[in-house]
Amino acid sequence: MEELLEILEDLHPEIDFETTENLITDGILDSLDIVTLVSEISENFDIAVSAKYITPANFNSAQAIYEMIETIQAEG
Amino acid sequence: MLFTSYSFIGFVLLLALVYYLAPGRHQWKLLLLGSLLFYAFSGPWNLLYILTTSLTVWGGALAVEKNYADKKARLKELKKADLPPDQKKAKTAAFKKKQAADLKRIMVLTIVFNLLILAVVKYTNFLISNINGVLGEGRQLSLLSIALPMGISFYTLQAIGYLVDVHREVIPAEKNYFKFLLFISFFPLVIQGPICRFGEVTEGRLFAENRFSWKNVSFGLERILWGFFKKLVIADRISAAVNTVIGDTSTYRGAYILFLMLMYTIELYADFTGGIDITIGVAEMLGITLPENFKRPYFSQSLKEYWRRWHISMCEWFRNYLFYPVSTSKPIRELTKFSKARLGKDLGRRIPVYVSSFVVWFATGVWHGASWNFIVWGLLNWAVLMISEELEPLYAGFHKRFPGASGPAYSVFCMIRTFLLVCFMNLFDCYAKIGEILSLLGSVFTVHNYGAFFSGGVMELGMSGTDYAVTGLGILVLLAVSIYEERKGSVREMIAERPYIVRTLVWTGLFVAVLLIGAYGAGYDASQFIYNRF
Amino acid sequence: MKKRSGIIIRTVITLAVIITGLALLQRLLMPKYVDGIVEGAFVKEYYSEEKDHDVLFIGDCEVYENFSPKVLWEKYGINSYIRGSAEQYIFQSYYLLEDALRYETPKVVVFNIQSLQFNEAQSEAYNRMSIEGMRWSPSKVGCILASMKEDEHFIEYVFPILRYHSRWKELKSTDFEYMFKTKPVTFNGYYMRVDARPAENVPKGKPLGDYSFGENAWKYLDKIRDLCAKKGIDLLLIKAPSLYPYWYDEWNEQCEEYARENGLNYINFLGITDEVGLDYNTDTYDGGLHMNLSGAEKLADYLGAYLQKEYGLEDRRSDAHLSEVWKEKAAAYDAEIERQKELYGIE
Repeated sequence: MEELLEILEDLHPEIDFETTENLITDGILDSLDIVTLVSEISENFDIAVSAKYITPANFNSAQAIYEMIETIQAEG
Repeated sequence: MLFTSYSFIGFVLLLALVYYLAPGRHQWKLLLLGSLLFYAFSGPWNLLYILTTSLTVWGGALAVEKNYADKKARLKELKKADLPPDQKKAKTAAFKKKQAADLKRIMVLTIVFNLLILAVVKYTNFLISNINGVLGEGRQLSLLSIALPMGISFYTLQAIGYLVDVHREVIPAEKNYFKFLLFISFFPLVIQGPICRFGEVTEGRLFAENRFSWKNVSFGLERILWGFFKKLVIADRISAAVNTVIGDTSTYRGAYILFLMLMYTIELYADFTGGIDITIGVAEMLGITLPENFKRPYFSQSLKEYWRRWHISMCEWFRNYLFYPVSTSKPIRELTKFSKARLGKDLGRRIPVYVSSFVVWFATGVWHGASWNFIVWGLLNWAVLMISEELEPLYAGFHKRFPGASGPAYSVFCMIRTFLLVCFMNLFDCYAKIGEILSLLGSVFTVHNYGAFFSGGVMELGMSGTDYAVTGLGILVLLAVSIYEERKGSVREMIAERPYIVRTLVWTGLFVAVLLIGAYGAGYDASQFIYNRF
Repeated sequence: MKKRSGIIIRTVITLAVIITGLALLQRLLMPKYVDGIVEGAFVKEYYSEEKDHDVLFIGDCEVYENFSPKVLWEKYGINSYIRGSAEQYIFQSYYLLEDALRYETPKVVVFNIQSLQFNEAQSEAYNRMSIEGMRWSPSKVGCILASMKEDEHFIEYVFPILRYHSRWKELKSTDFEYMFKTKPVTFNGYYMRVDARPAENVPKGKPLGDYSFGENAWKYLDKIRDLCAKKGIDLLLIKAPSLYPYWYDEWNEQCEEYARENGLNYINFLGITDEVGLDYNTDTYDGGLHMNLSGAEKLADYLGAYLQKEYGLEDRRSDAHLSEVWKEKAAAYDAEIERQKELYGIE
């Protein structure tokens, strides 16, 4: 989780990712952010985030993103 | 059948009548019948295309679902099986591999097949012209004469989106072929979109039993009327002048090009959004909700925002089904790793964005039309968007230093800036040859006919003083409605709350306005919707 | 219940108001044809006539500018009407005849066969002028369907506001003044011009690749012939002495043959101008396209004698009522002559 927060803050230092929800629905992260984010996550967590995981539900908060990462890791 | 034709109006009214008289569970079938008839009207043989696409994609989706079901069942079996652990592991791995390969084959075959149909029908002549350019005189290949089936660019994307949604397990596959066919061929959509997702239209009650509701019918009719207003009073009126200027590139240069940029942008807006109003209004009349395709795009303060407000369904399609898949694909991930190592983290991680965006905007350009000007247009958008991204920190810095430079005035400045940028890029819609466009752009600075233009030239393009005045008034009405919708919400709701007299006057007034000052009938050419040749 | 009926009443009243408003708007926007292009008024004028004619002319400007019904009456006691209109196509002649025959049965129908050269409608504007004035009937429906060009729609004839809506930009005082009334512009269908402009060198027509008339044109000539035969009316085919558009010999031959084959009389006035006493210096107002008053009266004189001899038409000058009617018409006719003389500065 720490790693993830680091990545997020690196991308958007002005946002407090620990508390902010609605990252997608409020337009805080746009599609370009998501792509950069996904690329970082893929590298850092050594997983392949395929397009089917890119949904508003999965990216709306740091917690949601983390849960998505765990799901992908579990799938192996 | 054009939207703004007597036949279409008659067709819609008749269909709505029969729809509400029909028993609920048969209503969607009626829509299917109506849609197929509507499609056949554009050429009965064209039906073959849409039937082929719908059949293959429907079948493909079912195959995908079966693949998943089989996978689940088999894996469960394997788990329970009484086998030594490493054998189990090996068998499971082998099975998973085979399933994945099968799945990939289904997806690739279905998608490529249908894209090929689109490619052949729409882009063969483009390909041939380019080859001819290389071959030189005397060895020219002859162009094919294929008529473009109505809406093929729209429904093909819509079908592929469905397949991918099933693949991503966002929605279950539709077992009833005819329901799926309705989704693909639903007549309001097939003309110029919006490109819908299967889940969206199901939630929007396409297949539901829709009982007669006065609100639906009246709001739907109001929206259709509004679309007619935009189309007939504004767009078709402007098209006379626009077509004159485009039609003669030797006479109409310099000042005329600026004029064209502005007028074409307005025409495109009125025409496209008017058509979508009619589309959504017709569906609304039947109790069906279609997704919005426009959200006051000319209030955008940046090109980025513009593409969240203009042709929304197309943008979302390209984002969901091209941008994300491309940017998360293996080649891109490899490229990112490579460029991060070579160019450093900061620059390196921008690469997937740039490359994926490039692919998407190239594809967007290609989708818009089978000629180079559209591709250039797509890439122009890409360039501007990427540059804006890079300039972000500069802008942020500027605003930090000058906090007073925000506020409504600045917003208006941004809106105008974006609008002018869009006007400029829209020029690439107007002419097929890039060289010509560049030359015409250059003439803006070199040809000094501004005086002649303003002292009479502008009146000789097919629009009279009255036409300009009417257009101006129309734009003001448009602006007022847009501002209200942007700030407060639905204008129809607002009017619906007013007293009977007011409501009657407003809608009758709008109807009479369209009737009287619409640019239709003898003396006006029925100009095809700009997006109709898709 | 009360609320329901309230809504219904409100709706009905609203609809009534809107429909009436639109109908008035339509009236306002339709062209009135009282000045400028008056030809559009011709077809409607027929209905206000007493329908008791011995002779009915149908055809284009070559009938309505070239024969004077006043002379036919005053000299021969023949009560006639010219149901002509601008560039009236042959199928339109047929339907206009069919329409007229719902009201009366004349003894002779005179048809100018120039329109055989147009197999299809050429101009939407002319369609409108020949059709719009008709009263709604199966004839009008048939006429519209036979005439409609590709970009015309039937509904635009049912609701002419769809065709004329853009006239809101060009409304004149006459559009308001003549919303509910009309001003007659013809004299029993005769369109009068008293001025003269001599015919100069009218060029011979360029040779055509194909002189045969179209199938559709022949079809309607047959229909006109059949209709007359069915009603026991004598059909007289004519070609008026207009020098232009050029009347080819090849065309003339086909008409002569048709007349021969069908036992009809055919007069080509171009060949008997001396007999008629036509002088293209004084008898035409536009260099030979159409006759003026002088020419029209000469032609009527000749034709009247022919009609009486050939078809044994009764001299009805003894009819008291008709005489009365014609006295008024003659007065109006003469008044118009004076008005035009002043207008064109003629003695």
